Amino acid sequence: MSKETEKSNDAAAASATGSHALQFGTAWQYESATEGTDHFEIAERYDLFVDGEFVAPQSGEYFATINPATGEPLCEVASANAADVDRAVAAAKAALPGWKRKSGDERARYLFRIARILQERAREFACLETLDNGKPIAETRDVDVPLAAQHFFYHAGWADKLDLLFPGRVPVPVGVIGQVIPWNFPLLMAAWKIAPALAGGNTVVLKPAETSPLTALRLAEVFQQAGLPAGVVNFVTGDGATGQALVRHPDLDKVAFTGSTEVGKDIQQAVAGRGVDLTLELGGKAAHIVFEDAAIDQAVEGVVRGIFFNQGHVCCAGSRLLVQESVHDLFVRKLARRMERIRVGNPLDKNTDMGAIHSAAQLARIEELVAAGVDEGATLHQSSCELPGQGFWFAPTMFTNVALSHRIAREEIFGPVLSVLTFRTPEEAVEKANNTSYGLSAGIWTDKGARILWLADRLRAGVVWNNTFNRFDAASPFGGFKESGFGREGGRAGMRAYVRLQDGLSAG
Amino acid sequence: MTLPVAKTYKHYIGGKFPRSESGRAFQPSGNPDINVTRGSRKDLREAVLAARKGLASWSGATSYLRGQILYRIAEMLESRREAMQAELRLGGATAAEARKELDAAIALTVWYAGLSDKLQTLLGSQNEVQGPFFAFSTVEPTGVIGVVAPDGPALTGLLALVLPVLVGGNAVIAVPSASAPFAGLALGEVCASSDVPGGALNIVAGQRAELAPQLAAHRDVDGLFVAGKPDAELTAAGADNLKRTRFCTLPAKDWRDPKLLRALSWVEPFVEVKALWHPVAP
Repeated sequence: MSKETEKSNDAAAASATGSHALQFGTAWQYESATEGTDHFEIAERYDLFVDGEFVAPQSGEYFATINPATGEPLCEVASANAADVDRAVAAAKAALPGWKRKSGDERARYLFRIARILQERAREFACLETLDNGKPIAETRDVDVPLAAQHFFYHAGWADKLDLLFPGRVPVPVGVIGQVIPWNFPLLMAAWKIAPALAGGNTVVLKPAETSPLTALRLAEVFQQAGLPAGVVNFVTGDGATGQALVRHPDLDKVAFTGSTEVGKDIQQAVAGRGVDLTLELGGKAAHIVFEDAAIDQAVEGVVRGIFFNQGHVCCAGSRLLVQESVHDLFVRKLARRMERIRVGNPLDKNTDMGAIHSAAQLARIEELVAAGVDEGATLHQSSCELPGQGFWFAPTMFTNVALSHRIAREEIFGPVLSVLTFRTPEEAVEKANNTSYGLSAGIWTDKGARILWLADRLRAGVVWNNTFNRFDAASPFGGFKESGFGREGGRAGMRAYVRLQDGLSAG
Repeated sequence: MTLPVAKTYKHYIGGKFPRSESGRAFQPSGNPDINVTRGSRKDLREAVLAARKGLASWSGATSYLRGQILYRIAEMLESRREAMQAELRLGGATAAEARKELDAAIALTVWYAGLSDKLQTLLGSQNEVQGPFFAFSTVEPTGVIGVVAPDGPALTGLLALVLPVLVGGNAVIAVPSASAPFAGLALGEVCASSDVPGGALNIVAGQRAELAPQLAAHRDVDGLFVAGKPDAELTAAGADNLKRTRFCTLPAKDWRDPKLLRALSWVEPFVEVKALWHPVAP
């Protein structure tokens, strides 16, 4: 450690202990800055989107989707049963020959159009996502919606260049694709899955998450507006049973799933032996490794972004912090102070950092694991922020004195809960970071370029963020090693997962 | 005439040539006069342990070195041409077939040797993300991969599946043809004199029906590459650790088509894409 760093760390430590911290009392509070939602309507009831139209479910059943920030229902959504799924798959199958026959140019034009319409209707999508999901408007506005549009724009450009991407091979569409997505990035996940599928000449049946279906159904309206041929994309809403009926449907050529590792394994077994292509993007327990020579304040911001972004409902969240022993106390003090300043509350407020926990079930899971952390002897640190009286909320939380064997260090919490561990040497950091069955992402904070590359090479994770965290882009492949799944989304590798190369290989 | 010294056909595990711990042997249908050691679940477990060690040295080597070692395999095949053809003939190939197959095996090995230091160029990329980041992706070995070779051709069939997995930096546990395992086992002898690190390639002879499900169910095997139609039981058994499982459905005649066997896309299932990001700032 250089003298200068030492000095600045000392100064930082002094300020972190509060001795020199500026105190404003309650004089400088944020005014409420709630985004208006009167520019769009939410219907009372949404049907399934099959063969280019909204159709009532054959099940005759509907269920409510609620606003997690209030617990109040937003509207009713159709519950698709096996017959409904069958109808949707039939529509996708019927649309396949026509869609395959279209030139790459033509498919590209539809995708470009969809990207543009999403950009035009960005605010409506951002607000609706915030209402249905509970995540802050600043995130839906700046991350979810623009990235969703980028995925359509990016993949539009591949649709007519597949021959350049796989030289010497003739890429052909996989066929009818069944896709099941989670509730944490409802629109973005739909875009990740649908855009490359359409660029590759495939047709799609997608099941949005039971608790966050509204933006996908609005995306269906965008498809109508873009003139996308009927049946090319179909949406079936429902619960786990709908998803099971979809991934087990005999007419699918590929299944793409984002969700838990447990369900991923179940799907791999369910489609085994049928030659069905499979992409699984599953759980994670990412390690964020902070060295003593890191730019400490930037690292604190990065760790905060890594675990509290989207309420920690992120499969690649940096849920384990491995901090070098020499800076542990300083880092934890700074983190605790920063955590205290996270603004938790109304997701529609533009100043909100952290919104509502997505559902009662997820809140119960977080509470269970936090209780386990306390029981197992870790030290709990929690923001003293005031939580709204209705809806589902959990304060930003951090555990210190965590052992690798603790449940909070091993299991995916999928909430705003950080587990802090320490290390002494780079070798120990690698060993601890890789000591998990997951392998989705990792973060490295150090000023040494050579060390970054040394570590990045050894971390068994599909995405390694160096001196940054939780960055996403359509041009960068995303997906896991080990039990975080296989297949990629984004970039060349993502496009690869939506074509076949007629090379004699078949998926399991 | 002096009585010839007959060879004992044994596994190739961790750079050594052990018999099966089970003490069993089988008589290949291609030549029932010969006893071949018959692999067991325990042998596979030993092979997985050896492969884990082999993986560290093999994946830790530079791509250039791996390419040279693969090329050395081709050199050894060439210098043992007569012996390898004899192994193929033991399995039932005619002299002409054996000669042709050896030519194909050598050519395929040379092709993959030259691919080794081009994988990142072909499968990696710089990713043009929005924002001030230097973002790129690389490919890395998946880990320990089980390979179940087709029943024939005995040597090119095995190499066609083993080479794309090895070139990606993975360690391999291969089950050669059961009806004609001789050339496949002799490949172990070739590797032992080619600077292939012990455990990078392991060859366990035996009955496919017995060994393939055990490889599939082993939690420390990260992938499975099987010649034949998709097999629900194998895939389902591998789902416990999300094994990357692929089946090679080429019809028998295509196993001799060099164009099909020289396949970058056969490397892809057993490499993992890693995306890296770093901010760009003054």
